Amino acid sequence: MTVYIVRRLLQMIPLILGVTFLTFAIVSFVPGSPISSMQLNPRARPEDLERIRQNLGLDRPWYERYFVWLGDLVRGDLGLSLSNFTPVSDRILSVLPNTLLLTATALALALLIAVPLGVASAVRHNSLFDHVTTMLVTAFAAIPSFWLALLMIILFSVKFDEWGLPSLPPQGMYDLRGNTGLLDRIEHLILPASALALGQIAGWTRFIRSSMLETINQDYVRTARSKGLAERAVVYRHAFRNAMLPLVTLVGLAIPELFGGAYLIEQIFAWNGLGRLAYDATQSNDYTLIMGATLLFAVLTMLGNLFADVVYAIADPRIRYR
Amino acid sequence: MAGEGVTIKGAIADPAAPAAPDRDWSELHAAAKATRGYWSRAGRRFLRNRVAVAALICALLIVIFVLAAPLISRHVTGFTYYENHLAQKLMAPGEDGYILGSDGNGRDVLTRLAYGGRVSLLVASLAAMAILVIGGTIGASAGFFGGVVDTFLMRLADVLLSIPTLVLLILVSSFYQPSPVALAFIIASVSWAGVSRLIRGEVMSLKNRDFVDAARVLGASNSRIIVKHIFPNVVPLIVVWASLVVPALILVEATLSYLGLGVRPPQPSWGNMLQDAKQFLRQSWTLVFIPGFMIYLAVLSINLVGSGLRDALDPRLNQ
Repeated sequence: MTVYIVRRLLQMIPLILGVTFLTFAIVSFVPGSPISSMQLNPRARPEDLERIRQNLGLDRPWYERYFVWLGDLVRGDLGLSLSNFTPVSDRILSVLPNTLLLTATALALALLIAVPLGVASAVRHNSLFDHVTTMLVTAFAAIPSFWLALLMIILFSVKFDEWGLPSLPPQGMYDLRGNTGLLDRIEHLILPASALALGQIAGWTRFIRSSMLETINQDYVRTARSKGLAERAVVYRHAFRNAMLPLVTLVGLAIPELFGGAYLIEQIFAWNGLGRLAYDATQSNDYTLIMGATLLFAVLTMLGNLFADVVYAIADPRIRYR
Repeated sequence: MAGEGVTIKGAIADPAAPAAPDRDWSELHAAAKATRGYWSRAGRRFLRNRVAVAALICALLIVIFVLAAPLISRHVTGFTYYENHLAQKLMAPGEDGYILGSDGNGRDVLTRLAYGGRVSLLVASLAAMAILVIGGTIGASAGFFGGVVDTFLMRLADVLLSIPTLVLLILVSSFYQPSPVALAFIIASVSWAGVSRLIRGEVMSLKNRDFVDAARVLGASNSRIIVKHIFPNVVPLIVVWASLVVPALILVEATLSYLGLGVRPPQPSWGNMLQDAKQFLRQSWTLVFIPGFMIYLAVLSINLVGSGLRDALDPRLNQ
């Protein structure tokens, strides 16, 4: 297993090289430069701008800058953000907990709803409950998450407020008037986390249902039933545990999807996370910050895949990796 | 149409295999017959699926609605999509002749909805075609030639799959303010990896079948084998893929437009209508609801058509 993990980690290296090279090339071919905002300043003289350009190394060709960037990366240095000249790693680390809080809450929420729903739907295969669940899942899978987020703001913040009901805050991470207790944090988390989770619930319910259906028809479940075990024991001890194996893979693969979803949700709810950071970086052509965020995302995606494979192998002894 | 088909067939068949025109024609004929049977059976299976047929009708109605945008503008609403009546901002639906209300600039929502759908559907279908051309060519070459070509192309696909494509799309489109066609190609250039893998797998399993060996023994060239023998067998897969990817692309376009990075205003798209509406959350909920609902309806109905097609085209997948 250790050999397998090490080999997989080594395989990540060429992939990371490819990802960073391609992103760097695209970022460099896009018109505009990190100093375009300074060029708008009437008090900046052309020779000053030229000096800044040279200091930042922007006068050199992009592939040269790429290798400089790569050299720094190998030494663990992501460089300085070009919009405020603080280290990229500091900027990323300062907002990473916020994104992790949001995505972890959404993940937990999605699992809490999708697992019971999928299992119940499979256990009562072809019942009215199953049909209604399947229909709802199909209907929910097509909802654009940002539209749903806006509708949730309208209903739970605007309309509830108008109707005199307790309403939820539409934006931000905590009350700006200083009322920042735990309850306040939770209140601010509810809407963005639910909007993010709802995008995943539909697909996962469908997945868990089919996985559970497959398990229920296995011989060992029939054996358990025929030796007279209670239905609860059959479903939860024998079928459920085995049906949840593929879920591990799903969670691993969902990590990039959740982070991608957070990108948009953070915009809508003014959530100070990685998504907003990356968006601001693209708007100011802050290429070191874009590279840092892309690298983090790519590494997370690859680690998510690896995590899925490794945990699956640990959970299922039938699988052997070479 | 029929005459055209025959000449095209002849034109391709003659230079490619001049040595054995007879055998070639009979083989083509047999293939065409088998294909017709397969497609008509699939068509019947599809028509039996009531949900899929209803979804298809809904999708067609949406297409008709957006194609009829100029007619709606002239005969139904009487507004163009760009004229603004600042005295009549944020009208509720039905008020003052604004059938679905007016937006924050006093523009008619129904007219903009019809024109906006054109952009959304155009970008999505163009991007799907472009992805298919790029991903299909790359996947087919990788699967067919194998070896170094395969390794290189599939590593490239791996790289693309690990990049947050939304970030790249935002970056590129925030600097170019693309036209719908350009937007479709920008989206396609970073999204072909998935389908190239799909087609590679299918081609790899097809290329070792007996009928491909038979064609090779008869002296068919590589390009002929790909076009005449492998491609027709990949078509069902492509049809299903397209019906599932178009809704996803509608969402990508809507997301970009929502972030203000899609087509240039005042040209409407469902996504940028949502972005405009966002500022008026408190005043008018219909303004947010309507364009989003159109996106939802389009995505849902094409999704359902897609799963109907999957069931109809590949009966083995039926559970």
